[in-house]
Amino acid sequence: MNKTVANANEAIKDMKDNITIMLGGFGLCGIPENTIAALVKKGVKGLTCISNNAGVDDFGIGLLLKTRQVKKMISSYVGENAEFERQLLSGELEVELIPQGTLATRCLAAGYGMPAIFTPAGVGTEVAEGKETRKFLVEGHEKEFLMEYAFDADYAIVKAWKGDTQGNLIYRETARNFNPMMAMAGKITIAEVEELVPVGELNPDHIHTPGIYIHRIFKGVNYEKRIEQRTVRKKQ
Amino acid sequence: MLDKVGIAKRIAREIKDGYYVNLGIGIPTLVANYIPVGINVVLQSENGLLGMGPFPYEGEEDPDLINAGKQTITTIPGSAFFDSAMSFGMIRSRKVDLTILGAMEVADNGDIANWKIPGKMVKGMGGAMDLVASAKNIIVAMQHVNKANESKLLTKCTLPLTGVHCVKKIVTELAVLDVTPQGFKLLECAPGISVEQIKNATEGRLIIEGNIPEMQIQ
Repeated sequence: MNKTVANANEAIKDMKDNITIMLGGFGLCGIPENTIAALVKKGVKGLTCISNNAGVDDFGIGLLLKTRQVKKMISSYVGENAEFERQLLSGELEVELIPQGTLATRCLAAGYGMPAIFTPAGVGTEVAEGKETRKFLVEGHEKEFLMEYAFDADYAIVKAWKGDTQGNLIYRETARNFNPMMAMAGKITIAEVEELVPVGELNPDHIHTPGIYIHRIFKGVNYEKRIEQRTVRKKQ
Repeated sequence: MLDKVGIAKRIAREIKDGYYVNLGIGIPTLVANYIPVGINVVLQSENGLLGMGPFPYEGEEDPDLINAGKQTITTIPGSAFFDSAMSFGMIRSRKVDLTILGAMEVADNGDIANWKIPGKMVKGMGGAMDLVASAKNIIVAMQHVNKANESKLLTKCTLPLTGVHCVKKIVTELAVLDVTPQGFKLLECAPGISVEQIKNATEGRLIIEGNIPEMQIQ
């Protein structure tokens, strides 16, 4: 079974306007750089993007915002992006802010085939408005939970460190973040990897995302891996 | 009156040996620098790391290795990486012993507001709502009053809430307080601060019992 495609352009060639896509990454860490560039080039519009963050002005999802390809962002934190702010305030962009754990778990639920989850995050806040709630016993006390639905995404786009041609994936360090759950949650999942190896080269014990969840895989090129906050200490 | 470092140092004394701790952005991040010698704690970064180490040496930054504030960091012996769902799984299932975060307002029933100011650009709640809804123990690092000298320790929060009935303890530039069913209970005064000053700076219900000791800060 070979899921390899030549490059990002090939991987997204069937994408149409007004689709919902999930994009892995936390900040600029572990984002699918090649596929984002290909989406800009292809010019698909009216995108609903499910992603924890919205990139910065000139990198990550910020590139798709600049070209006005995004209709709606579903995120937990969208700071650090002036163009985003401008479009939001002018009403060009729709934004749904949801708690980070809820975002992750709604992806997980989709990949696990569960229609909804119950979470305490947002109870008693505006996040709970209009949502079904239910009380459960937690450590002997009744506690209220919100019902949140599994996401329904047309495509998930993830970035892994290594992958094989069958789609098995291994992530690196904190670049894992949302990628494994989103990989499981797309109707079609596209994986871009830094290193693409033949089947049999990855140790089955080391695989984070089994290839069954992956539909297309390609070796990415020219990774910039931009650092958002470079914090260092001096050698003594 | 304490500065930010003073607040961080005082909160560091609340950390016990063997704790798993999540530190929010701002003053809470500084707490890591003042954890007492001999106390072993594991810092959780909700983007997917247990065992957060110090910032890397210059030239050793790794773009794949960041904390929840998107800063470059390092691991320590015993560190573990995981995905975001598991990260909030361990938070939700109360495996994390202590959460330290900042706040704009706290009410005397433990409600907290720290994510949104109406009329200003909203950046989002990030993981704050998940953390406050589930944490076993939440300590808030905050300013007691705003720039207009108005109390931020209130009877009822005026800003949109992040979570309800969740804050357990507050450390401000003026005082250490517990949140009890009867309201804010004054535990310690900052050096040079009188009980009267704290009374004047606290709008919410304030309980003062007996002599209030001065904060001990190294």
